[in-house]
Amino acid sequence: MQYLLMIYSKEGAWEKLSVAEQQQGLAAYNAFTEALKKSGALVGSNRLRPASTATTVRIANGKSQVLDGPYADTKEQLGGYFLIDVADLDAALAWASRCPGASHGIVEVRPVWSMAA
Amino acid sequence: MADAIARRSYGKLVAFLAASTRDVAAAEDALADAFAAALAEWPGSGCPVSPEAWLVTVARRKIIDEIRRRRTREVAADQLLLIADGLESAAASGEIPDRRLALLFATAHPAVDPGISAPLMLQSVLGFDARMIASAFLSSPEAMAKRLVRAKNKIKQAGIPFSVPNRDELPGRLDAVLSAIYAVFAEGWADPAGIDVARRNFTEEALFLARLVVELMPGEPEALGLVALMLHAEARRPARRNAAGEFVPLSQQDTKLWSVEMINEAERLLHHASTAGAFGRYQLEAALQSAHVHRCRTGEDNWDHVVNLYDALLQVSGSPVVRLNRALAVVETQGMHAALAEIEALSIDPRMAEYQPYWAARAELLGKIGAYREAWQCYDVGIGLERDGAVRRFLQRRQSALPH
Repeated sequence: MQYLLMIYSKEGAWEKLSVAEQQQGLAAYNAFTEALKKSGALVGSNRLRPASTATTVRIANGKSQVLDGPYADTKEQLGGYFLIDVADLDAALAWASRCPGASHGIVEVRPVWSMAA
Repeated sequence: MADAIARRSYGKLVAFLAASTRDVAAAEDALADAFAAALAEWPGSGCPVSPEAWLVTVARRKIIDEIRRRRTREVAADQLLLIADGLESAAASGEIPDRRLALLFATAHPAVDPGISAPLMLQSVLGFDARMIASAFLSSPEAMAKRLVRAKNKIKQAGIPFSVPNRDELPGRLDAVLSAIYAVFAEGWADPAGIDVARRNFTEEALFLARLVVELMPGEPEALGLVALMLHAEARRPARRNAAGEFVPLSQQDTKLWSVEMINEAERLLHHASTAGAFGRYQLEAALQSAHVHRCRTGEDNWDHVVNLYDALLQVSGSPVVRLNRALAVVETQGMHAALAEIEALSIDPRMAEYQPYWAARAELLGKIGAYREAWQCYDVGIGLERDGAVRRFLQRRQSALPH
């Protein structure tokens, strides 16, 4: 089954880190990504630009309404994701707990709705 | 024959079927069909050599048919043919001494809403129906059914594996398991004469399972507390009804009928639990039982101690049932009016509206302060809610003893 690991963390915390700490953080993410690749579980992953760069779109009364900012104005924002393919939720949760994001933020694990029918 | 298997093996069969598909609801539906087929076929063709295997085969065929019918992924049907691996082998490996207990721990997965874990165990492993589960958790059957469906959907859609946890995962799942075991006991306790076939073995079964938990996790004070609590309650079973089968309240029970052996064991276990220094719900409830037993045997007034124990229990559980029982102890320490005020304060809790002991307690106190008309009405509601005939007749006698 595929699961999306969504990393929510406090915005702006990254910029406050020292260069050495940032390097350590990146190395941890690289190592995690490598481990996922080696196990064959990694489907895709990306880091996102901060929520200050987000734009929301919705159609209201037939007109598209474009607004600056993220959908939910919360302290923690979606900062990146890993899409993985593993046997079951326990395996997905095990990867989530290894994800560096679980240490500096929260990792939400969601099963992907399979469209194969 | 099929009925006996349904009672004994229901949970095991559901778990077995669901282990490969992770679809508990579909497993239950298929098993229900298989039992129906058994009831139709066995009387004519005779009971098969291995009835459980027969049921699993029929049920699995039903599941596969259903999946084909729904035209979901082709591969799913093939997956179904694989025998459940993890669950069965783990349950048989001996780490957890009883298959049902293994399944209880399997059901208490942390990704399942903790509030629904115990009801889910009762339904999927222990074969309770929705009405029994709803009454055990003071909920309406409709609301409980909805929550159970939601939990089963999550298990299926999120791919939660139905597998037996490692030893280090057990403590985190203990609360839900103890809660389910206690609900089984309470359901059996509601049948003091042991005449209801469907509930006859529940108290024994609960004690058996709780003792296994103690064996599996010897250091857990709450597991010891639960065994002590259940032994205390079970010890009084012979005294709860008189020769005519009528209800006898605790204060009027013949203490000579209580099982000294069970009480002594309960006290020993409770003492052992207390040495761990971590007091929880079950130890406190066992300590309350112990205090009641002591008072009834010696005639010593220990109501202040009882109220203190209820206060501690309220802090850990906050249950309206505890609040109600505490109010009844307050009668003895602060008098009728103080107790009645606490009971009236409970009336805003919707869970009390259909809880017989609440109405009986309220009626009793109203009667004692001379509010006979209101007492009469409260007895009416309590009597209307009670399903046990002996308790109903007891309340009717109390009601008709009110001065007119």
